[in-house]
Amino acid sequence: MTAEEKGQVMTANRLGDGLVVFLQRSGDWSEKIDDAVLALKPEATAALEARAALDVKANLVTGQYLFDATRVNGKIRADHIRERIRTLGPSVRLDLGKQAEGTAGAFQPVEG
Amino acid sequence: MYRYDEFDAKFVSERTAQFRDQANRRLSGELTEDEFRPLRLMNGLYLQLHAYMLRVAIPYGTLSGKQMRQLAMIADKYDKGYGHFTTRQNIQYNWIKLEETADILQALADVEMHAIQTSGNCIRNVTTDHWAGAAADELDDPRPIGELIRQWSSLHPEFSFLPRKFKIAITGAPHDRAAVKVHDIGLRLHKNAAGQIGWEVMVGGGQGRTPMIAQTVRDFLPQNELIAYLEAIMRVYNLYGRRDNKYKARIKILVHEIGAEKFKAEVEAEYAKHPAQQTQVEEAELARIAKYFAAPKFEKMSRFAPHFEEHRRANPDFAAWARNNLAAHAKEGYTIVNISLKPEGGIPGDATGEQMRVMAELAERYSHDELRVSHAQNIVLPHVKLEDAYVVWQELKKHDLAAANYGLAGDIIACPGMDYCSLATARSIPVSMAISRKFGDLAKQEDYGPLKINISGCINACGHHHVGHIGILGLDKKGEEYFQITLGGSSSENASIGTILGPGFSAEEVPDAIETILNTYVKLRESKNEDFLTAYRRVGPKPFKEALYAAA
Repeated sequence: MTAEEKGQVMTANRLGDGLVVFLQRSGDWSEKIDDAVLALKPEATAALEARAALDVKANLVTGQYLFDATRVNGKIRADHIRERIRTLGPSVRLDLGKQAEGTAGAFQPVEG
Repeated sequence: MYRYDEFDAKFVSERTAQFRDQANRRLSGELTEDEFRPLRLMNGLYLQLHAYMLRVAIPYGTLSGKQMRQLAMIADKYDKGYGHFTTRQNIQYNWIKLEETADILQALADVEMHAIQTSGNCIRNVTTDHWAGAAADELDDPRPIGELIRQWSSLHPEFSFLPRKFKIAITGAPHDRAAVKVHDIGLRLHKNAAGQIGWEVMVGGGQGRTPMIAQTVRDFLPQNELIAYLEAIMRVYNLYGRRDNKYKARIKILVHEIGAEKFKAEVEAEYAKHPAQQTQVEEAELARIAKYFAAPKFEKMSRFAPHFEEHRRANPDFAAWARNNLAAHAKEGYTIVNISLKPEGGIPGDATGEQMRVMAELAERYSHDELRVSHAQNIVLPHVKLEDAYVVWQELKKHDLAAANYGLAGDIIACPGMDYCSLATARSIPVSMAISRKFGDLAKQEDYGPLKINISGCINACGHHHVGHIGILGLDKKGEEYFQITLGGSSSENASIGTILGPGFSAEEVPDAIETILNTYVKLRESKNEDFLTAYRRVGPKPFKEALYAAA
C-alpha cells in the first residue's frame, strides 16, 4: 500500500533570476521540490509563512505562497497541475526547465 | 520604416539607465517588490510561472533585418534560444533574469527598440494590418498614423494612469486584418469621392471576460483632427471609466453602460472645447512621418513570372505553399510572403534564434529589409519579387519555416497558456499541437478552407478565442483542465463574438470535437466556395450542437 501524506509546500521565485524555488526544512530555498518541507499541521504552515516573509524582506525571494501537495513514497507531488508545471517546466518543452536540468523531483513529466 | 528620432533615442537611453538603477535598488533591497512592480511593468517585465518574462514592443509589427537579428541575439544570449511572437504583434521572452534585464533593454535600445508601454494602464503598442504598405486592397499605408499615435501616446502624462490598459488598432484596407472592432479604439481609413482621406473611429471593442464589438462614433474624421479627437475620447474615458472594479474598468464597459449615443455626445462635447488651431496635426509633420514609411524602390516587373510558374508546375509542395502562403501585392510582379510559425504539431508563434536570423537574412536579401509580425503569430516578408519566391521557400524549408497552412486549420492562434502564464487556468499550447497534428494533412485542411481556430488558456482571451471561427477557451473545473468551444466568431470587418456551443470537453476530446464540427460543416456547405464562417452564419449553431452532443 502507498503511504500518502497531504500538506502544503511554500514556494516563491528567486529574486535575481526569477526561478521557482521551494522552502526547505533548513530554511534555505531549493530549486527541487523533493527538498521541500511538507507542512502537515497549521503550526508548520505558519512557520513556513513566517520564514518566507523574512526572506522576502531579506530580498532573497519574491511572490511567495503555499500550495497543496502530497508526499507519496517519500517524494512530494504538487496536487494541482499548475504547480506541477512549476516544479517541472513547460509540458510542451520537455527539453527546458527543471525537468531538463535534473531539478524536477521524482514526478515527471506532467500528465493529463 | 519607423525609426527613432533624436527625442526617442534620448528618452529610451535615459529610460534604460533609469531601469538599471531601479533594478539594482531592488536587488540591493532598497526597493520592495510592491515599490518595484509598477516600475518593472512599465518596462514590460512580468513575473511569470517559471521566471521573469520580458515583452518587447514591435510598433505596428514592423521590423528590419537588423532588429530581428538583435531579437535572435537576445533569445540566444539571455533566454533559452527562442522567443514567442504574440497576438499583440510583440515578442516575449520566457526565461529572463532580473539581473540581466537592463542589459537586454540596452541591446534593444541599440537597434531602436524598447519594452515601454507593453504593460500597465496606459496606451499600449499600436497594432495594425501586417500587410500594411504592401496589400493590393489597401487604400493607404496606415503606419504613418500609427507612428503619429505612438509619438503622441508615448509617456503621455495625462494617459499614463488610465483606469485600465488601452489598445488602439488601425487599418488602411477595407478587409480588416487588424481586428480593429475588438480594440478599445479601432481606426479604419476611408477615402471619399474627392479622394480625401478620413478615419472611421470605433470605440469600446474588446475581448477578455466581457467581449464587445466596437461602436462607430465618427464615420469620416479628417486625418489632421485625429489626435485631438483621440484625446477627447481618452479624456472622457479617464473621467468616467470605472476605477473601483478592475473587471469593469475597460472603456468597452463605459460605452456599454452609458450607451454609444451618450458616450459619443460626451466625446463631442469634450472635442468642442479644443480650439481648432491647437487640434490639427500640421501637414508638414504628417509628411515628415510619412517619409519614414516611404514605399521601397520597387522595380518595374512583369505580371508574368516564368521562373515562379515553372517551379509551381514542377513542385507540388512549392505550389501548395505558394497557393496558401502568398498574398496579392499592390505592385505587379511582387508578392507578400507569409511565413507560418505553425509547423505541424509545433508551438504557435515560437521561433528559435536561428530561425529569426534566417528570416532576417531573407528580409535583407529579398524583402527590402522589412519583416512584419502578424497578430496571428506569423511573420511576413512584405515585398518579395514573385520570381524570388521559390528561393525564399527553399531557404524557409531548410529551417522548418515552410508550413503551407497559412489561414487554414493548422494556422492556430494560441496564447502561452498554463505552460508559461501565471494567469492561465488551462494549457492552450498542447491542445493547439494536438489539433495541428490531427489536421496535419494539407489536402484535408485545404478542403476545410479558410479557418481561424483560436485558443485561450483563460478568460482574459489573449488567444482571441471569442473571435475565432472556432474558439476554444481553457478553464479549470475542480483542478482539472476543460475546454469550452465557441463558433462563429470573427475579427474581420464583419466582426462577431462566437457563441458557446454547450458543455466543455477534456483536452483529449477537443481534437475529435473539432473534427466533428468540421465534418458537419463539410456536409452542410452549399458548395466548396461557402467557407466555414459563411456556412455557420447561414445555419447557426444547431446542426453543430446536434452533431457534437448527439452521443451524450
